[in-house]
Amino acid sequence: MAWQRSRPRLDNDNRAFWTGGADGKLNITRCNDCGGFIHPPREICRHCQSENVAPFAVAGTGSVDTYTVNHQAWAKDMDVPFVIARVKLDDAPGVYLTTNIVNCPVDAVDVDDRVQVVFEEQDGIWYPLFEKVQ
Amino acid sequence: MSNEAYITGIGMSEVGVRLTRSPLLLTVDAVKEAIADAGLTLDQIDGVATYPGKMASFLGFSPVSSDDLIEVLGLETRWHIGAAETTAQLGAIAEAANAVKAGLARHVICFRTVYEAAALARPEEFPPMERRKDVSGNSQWVSPFGAFSAANWTAQFAMRHMKRYGLTREQLAQVALNDHANAAINPRALVKKPLTMDDYMSARLISTPFCLYDCDRFTDASTVVIVSAGDAIDEVKTTPIRIAATAGSVERYSWDQAEWAGAYPTGRDLWKNTDYQPKDVDTVQLYDGFAFQPITWLEGLGFCGIGEGGLFLEGGKRIARDGALPMNTGGGQLGWGRLHGFGFAFEAVVQLRGEGGARQIGGDPRVAIATSGGGPMAAALLLTKD
Ligand SMILES: [Zn+2]
Repeated sequence: MAWQRSRPRLDNDNRAFWTGGADGKLNITRCNDCGGFIHPPREICRHCQSENVAPFAVAGTGSVDTYTVNHQAWAKDMDVPFVIARVKLDDAPGVYLTTNIVNCPVDAVDVDDRVQVVFEEQDGIWYPLFEKVQ
Repeated sequence: MSNEAYITGIGMSEVGVRLTRSPLLLTVDAVKEAIADAGLTLDQIDGVATYPGKMASFLGFSPVSSDDLIEVLGLETRWHIGAAETTAQLGAIAEAANAVKAGLARHVICFRTVYEAAALARPEEFPPMERRKDVSGNSQWVSPFGAFSAANWTAQFAMRHMKRYGLTREQLAQVALNDHANAAINPRALVKKPLTMDDYMSARLISTPFCLYDCDRFTDASTVVIVSAGDAIDEVKTTPIRIAATAGSVERYSWDQAEWAGAYPTGRDLWKNTDYQPKDVDTVQLYDGFAFQPITWLEGLGFCGIGEGGLFLEGGKRIARDGALPMNTGGGQLGWGRLHGFGFAFEAVVQLRGEGGARQIGGDPRVAIATSGGGPMAAALLLTKD
């Protein structure tokens, strides 16, 4: 997809997620007290309400929980079709990421496919996309 | 009866695409019809409720506030509300029911006005929601990946049902076929003719497994329901329809973190709030902004087991007007138009009163369910003719 992706407004909660790719890191906010993951990221743990939370670099591997092949160009510069997927991260229980599965034909994606993160940078934002593990 | 709430009037504006009549006037049209239906006058109205309240950043989605309506109708209200942070669209009617039960109002206008088709055609008057830069809140987790539409978010849940439980496109199609068949004999519906399986299967894809006919389309309309207190129903001329139970929930509002649709917890809760059971229900009006959503409601409300929604729809006979559980008898949102939730309450009342005309189901229906919401948010009403 060559299209200009929507650009998130960075704040203290989401900055580590959207810029971690510069260091090759997929950062998911984690609680240092109970070990639970918090996504979307917040300043407080949704499991134990501890405020001792911080970004944690996960492995960046996971599996396709579900997906859809999008055929509708919602914006004029959007190239279709492409795969939108919900990826379940291996080492962040309970966290799903909406993302794109790239570097393969759209009909090559199925549930439970093993995937790994690959970052695409646009204008200072590092978008975590995923590709199939060969 | 004094501690009960009833729907005593229903009204609807013209339903169209790219209407030029303003959304405020469409709302007033619907109010006038509902007031006349109930046999009330404006000076008897003392409450207003709407979902989601006027949204300045997304005017086509919700262009009229409760304050706007109170102003132009010259109402003297004792209670009003317009809120998005509630249990989906029909939550506004549930809140009105609670208000009249608590004695805070006697007759409440509940409305939902949509103007998305006209807004798209007149962006200078109704600026579209910004999806490209400075996205924040929940939108930031989906829009950057091209998942702009609830079609994309809902399609993924439908795909999961296909992979996990074997839901087929033929089964999914029954929602659209049923909606079109019912809309074709509803003079107020946008859709004027039935749909065939061939039409469905040859339609262009939007977001797999959804094709064009699985997605509602932008509509301009206003729908009004009047909720009255139990000790005020001798002031109305219609058969009062009791709001016997309500339920609603939100399940990880960000959409993509939810394991299940809100329809599941809400469906379970509805039965905790009443002595009625699923077997007592004569007709269901289930939110179908996308064709998959009624499957979550059928399963969540216990009309079939989890994963069995596709089989329940198979062949379409069970949900037809003469079937065991007539569904979306007015055409639903795929046939009537994207009335955004309130159309389901409107049609439930039509059927319970026996005023459906050509689309009226048989057997003197006495119990109906109306639901709204897809994804993580959900609201349900159990409506009865006592
Ligand atoms: Zn914690």
